[in-house]
Amino acid sequence: MTRALILRKAGPGVTVQDTGRPGYLAFGLSRGGAADRLALAEGAALLGQDTGFAALEMAGAGGEFEATDDMRIALTGAVMRAHIDGTAIQWNAIHRLPIGARLTIGAATRGVYGYLHVGGGVQTQPKLGARSAHLAAGIDAPLTPGTHLPIGPDSKAAPVGLRLTPEPRLDGGLIRVVPSLQTNVFAPAERDRFEATTFRRDARGNRMGARILPDGQGFHTETGLTVLSEVIVPGDIQITGDGTPFILLSECQTTGGYPRIGSVLPCDLPRVVQAAPGATFRFQFLLLEDAVAVETAEAQRRARLHTTVEPLIRNPHDIADLLAYQLIDGATAGDDLERA
Amino acid sequence: MSATARSDIARTGWPQIRTVGVDGLLVSFGDRLNEPANRAALAFRAALEGAGWAGVQETATSLVSTYLRFDLTWKSHDAVTADLQALLSTQDWFKAPLPAGRKLWRVPTVYGTDLAPQLDEAASAAGLTAEQAIAEISTARVRVQTIGFSLGMPYLGELPEHWNIPRQTQLTDKVPAGALTVAIRQLVLFSVTTPTGWRHIGQTALRLFRPESDTPFVLRPGDEVLFEPTSPETLSNMSGDPDGGAVSEALI
Repeated sequence: MTRALILRKAGPGVTVQDTGRPGYLAFGLSRGGAADRLALAEGAALLGQDTGFAALEMAGAGGEFEATDDMRIALTGAVMRAHIDGTAIQWNAIHRLPIGARLTIGAATRGVYGYLHVGGGVQTQPKLGARSAHLAAGIDAPLTPGTHLPIGPDSKAAPVGLRLTPEPRLDGGLIRVVPSLQTNVFAPAERDRFEATTFRRDARGNRMGARILPDGQGFHTETGLTVLSEVIVPGDIQITGDGTPFILLSECQTTGGYPRIGSVLPCDLPRVVQAAPGATFRFQFLLLEDAVAVETAEAQRRARLHTTVEPLIRNPHDIADLLAYQLIDGATAGDDLERA
Repeated sequence: MSATARSDIARTGWPQIRTVGVDGLLVSFGDRLNEPANRAALAFRAALEGAGWAGVQETATSLVSTYLRFDLTWKSHDAVTADLQALLSTQDWFKAPLPAGRKLWRVPTVYGTDLAPQLDEAASAAGLTAEQAIAEISTARVRVQTIGFSLGMPYLGELPEHWNIPRQTQLTDKVPAGALTVAIRQLVLFSVTTPTGWRHIGQTALRLFRPESDTPFVLRPGDEVLFEPTSPETLSNMSGDPDGGAVSEALI
């Protein structure tokens, strides 16, 4: 029997995401994949499965889900209000989703992109080697109510009731960048001002990129706008004609002619994508060798995430209907004899 | 390194190797688009793919550069750069031939009208009337210099010097898929609806990316294209055809 997760209601930005599809850059297709790759790794660590498994990315809000079989689910990334059959469940944790139960995930209370992972992974048909929707490219689209998502097999004995403490990243903060091939077209004073400036996340943004607004004037090059179109990678900070920076993300274009003042370290991109409109950022240039050391250490930390998973201890404040729980084994309402 | 390649570097300072982000390197054969540099980038990427280095995760070309992304745990930037320099020294990449198996495409195009509202503005920026602009662009046999920005989307050129017009400072909110746009002596044919700073001068019905097909991408770097004028009515009749009336022939 095919296991499926049925989408009963869906927010506007629920998509299937994995680590993306490398190999098509030469044809203009960026790798894509989960906006917050760390959240993907956290979900995999919680469920004890491979980071390559596809999950559901929920931009801003989740939806309502129903399982056709007993499943394990993990929730990571932006924090959203979640309930199973009306009982609140914790974020950054795994839970059992029994057959027929209703999982509801509301709007994000902190951050932008929440993730719903399922034990066994979302097993939709891969396209060009991956399951990720690439919205900018028109590869798949946000999911609509009624969708049956095939779910892979999961061990019946696999654990639930586990949590992890996520790397803090939902509120903006310091973003580390390296100089890139066009950093030098900006005068040193302009680069210094870039590092000294506080930026605010604009409401304009999607999986292609995020616009950020400086608290002072925009940034300008000495050469003007006409630079040769050159390779773009996610993290590049492009300065458009009016001087406003745009941080390019998972579904970015593959080449472009707007000059780029620097490139965000891949391990700091989750901090960019999870910042809600109004969150503030500062930027700090790192030397390339320091950036490589940071990235390498971060990759090692991600690989060890499963060792940080710990038992979930329920906080009574998170349980909406506390009285519905049988808190003391064997306790009854005291009217058993009358009812019998 | 051959004597010719050495003299090219001495004369021009190219090729140059620079970093892209944290895990990428870019081998550039010039700082502006020119025929030998474009050819060198295409040929060097083919050689890099052929070399099959273990830690290389992806390669691509832009107009005058070859890009590679590599695994940071494989080798240091210095070591990969040394490998690239060794490969560069094996031949004169500026004199390398264009890729084999190229095609000439003829693509029906509506110039101006409400389908492509920036023809007059672009013509004026180039110092031409709209009629002169159509005459020039529609007879220019342009080459796919690179595919980039988005799916299957070609940068084509090179147009005469008076077409060296800048991109707009404010982005156009969106141009539709199939839009033919112009700036800096190049044409760009859009494969998806997107915001852009390029001026929209023509409209085609060619679908450049077909995810459902075994060959999802239509154009390849090195192909040549003629954007032949047609009427809005004719274009409208071609909308059910993924080729949008375009036909191709092999280039010998």
